[in-house]
Amino acid sequence: MAETTGAKAAPKQGFLKSLEIDTRLLGMIGAFIAVCLVFNLMTDGRFLTARNIFNLTIQTVSVAIMATGMVFVIVTRHIDLSVGSLLATCSAVMAMMQTRWLPDMLGLEIGHPLLPWVAILAGLLTGAAIGAFNGWLVGYLTIPAFIVTLGGLLVWRNVAWYMTSGQTIGPLDPTYVAFGGINGTLGPAASWIVGLGAVAAALIALFAARRAKAGHGQPVKPLWAEAVLAGLVAAAILGFVAVLNAYQIPSARLERIFEARGAVMPEGYTAGYGIPYSVLLLIFIAIVMTVVATRTRLGRYIFATGGNPDAAELSGINTRLLTVKIFAIMGALCALAGMVASARLANHSNDIGTLDELRVIAAAVIGGTALSGGIGTIHGAILGALIMQSLQSGMAMVGVDAPFQNIVVGAVLVLAVLIDILYRKRTGAR
Amino acid sequence: MSVDRTGTPLVEMKDICISFGGVHAVDHVSVDLWPGEVVGLLGHNGAGKSTLIKILSGAYRADQGEIRVNGEAAHIHNPRDARRYNIETIYQTLALADNLNASANLFLGRELVTATGLVDDARMEAETAKIMARLNPNFRKFRDPVSALSGGQRQSVAIARAVYFNARILIMDEPTAALGPHETQMVSELIEELKRQGIGIFLISHDIHDVMKLCDRASVMKNGQLVGTVDVAKVTDDDLLGMIILGKHPGQHAAA
Repeated sequence: MAETTGAKAAPKQGFLKSLEIDTRLLGMIGAFIAVCLVFNLMTDGRFLTARNIFNLTIQTVSVAIMATGMVFVIVTRHIDLSVGSLLATCSAVMAMMQTRWLPDMLGLEIGHPLLPWVAILAGLLTGAAIGAFNGWLVGYLTIPAFIVTLGGLLVWRNVAWYMTSGQTIGPLDPTYVAFGGINGTLGPAASWIVGLGAVAAALIALFAARRAKAGHGQPVKPLWAEAVLAGLVAAAILGFVAVLNAYQIPSARLERIFEARGAVMPEGYTAGYGIPYSVLLLIFIAIVMTVVATRTRLGRYIFATGGNPDAAELSGINTRLLTVKIFAIMGALCALAGMVASARLANHSNDIGTLDELRVIAAAVIGGTALSGGIGTIHGAILGALIMQSLQSGMAMVGVDAPFQNIVVGAVLVLAVLIDILYRKRTGAR
Repeated sequence: MSVDRTGTPLVEMKDICISFGGVHAVDHVSVDLWPGEVVGLLGHNGAGKSTLIKILSGAYRADQGEIRVNGEAAHIHNPRDARRYNIETIYQTLALADNLNASANLFLGRELVTATGLVDDARMEAETAKIMARLNPNFRKFRDPVSALSGGQRQSVAIARAVYFNARILIMDEPTAALGPHETQMVSELIEELKRQGIGIFLISHDIHDVMKLCDRASVMKNGQLVGTVDVAKVTDDDLLGMIILGKHPGQHAAA
């Protein structure tokens, strides 16, 4: 039937349709740009300065790292309310390791090059183990994730308190602190190299995807569309690097750096910060998690289980073990987020990560993760975290009172979900 | 179209029992299946046919009884085990993940991977296109999530999943319940073709006419027990109805 009419002129397609860009993602990017522009107007251009964009970026990293894991949790129809507390426990373990336990017990002196790495490893293992334990309670003992992690919210917050006796633990190792953001950046030259490398990788990925499709005789988008897409990606990456490079290290700070090296700063010397290590870490995590979500069996099973748990089970997927894996990943990501958060503050404080569970869930949900399961993207969750952070710091810059800031953020969360529901109804998608 | 029942049966389920909270859902039931044969499972809702078949497909574990595949004792503890014995199932609910596309569903749990261990979506889509060209030539929606497909299209995805992996034993639970006449015809033709290939099929159905048309033998269940197994060619619609409703075995037609 269809064959008789087909194979005439190629059907006309819209510009966006040819590009095959998710309109939902486009809407989110649009909302993000709108938020930025409005705040920029209200702050007389202070919002979109290199300095503020740099700060916004490093403030987002911790929540964004956890949000990528929360996507998997929510996609499988679970929830994790314990991430903020888990972050605190992992951060406490890492802080105590490098300042007390390793120096006292193993005799590694403060400043030993191994200290931060052993501490980070211990934190990662702690996070993964606690996460796996949560997953075991949920998957094998079939306690609802809401309850397990609500309990965990109380338990792990106070385990952290107990471990540190409620004290602020610091100062932390300088290498460790470099993961916090401002204290560890690549510098302009290396940032450009990384940026160009990223552009090259993106182009290769686009090309490889096209060739794989064509190789199996499947339709590919027109060449001009690929070119436009590649151009947009390249411009975004290089623009981001340019902004981060444009933020200049204050001269007083530069002087101290030169002094530490035993040199004298040349007159008129300036240097930009470049890409912070924490942002590199987030990008790395985002890529790994995206590959896991879209190109591995684990990811396929996560989405299948979220879409139809019975079908997944009948297809021979071990959904219980899958739950353990998902929560273990979430736990390990909490540890990394805890590392970034405590490194940014250069110490571990007792209230670190408080209310982060709500920010993380909000980021994932604003980013298009459906609580009914089966739908969500890693990049969406990161964009969600960025939107949340922009709103919060934008309002702080404008001088909105603290209670109103939270009221707005809460309202935006509900509104975002409403828009998402309306969008899905209209497009009839999923 | 007579079935050769001289060798070893493809499947023997002997004296199978399973109960849920004191209810004997399947109570000492024995059925068997030979290569190239279609055995219908008939009975009211709650008669235990789906439960019996879920024991064979690994979704449930029997409390008692033995399963033999090709004459050898088979240990089926989960759906993966069943697949190892080349037992494929088309569930009444279809068991599709609505958020995934046709090929992701077709290969769910058995994804094709590249040399680097990543799922090979392009190859899976190409394979899906191949099998669909045979089962449902009008199928085009390879990229859409299966929630966007019609009932018949979804059914053909579920059937493709069972057929693609060279099933030796196929379980079809109400395969035509959601289908229009044209698609029902398609399923009938498929069953005939699979029979010719020597595949054994358990067909669960409410529809006596389906069973009379497609099946070689029919096993009727009532209240978890087997009323009897009869040779379809030797009984009438009314005989089958009597078995289903009254649990009355037409003694003179009893088959082996």
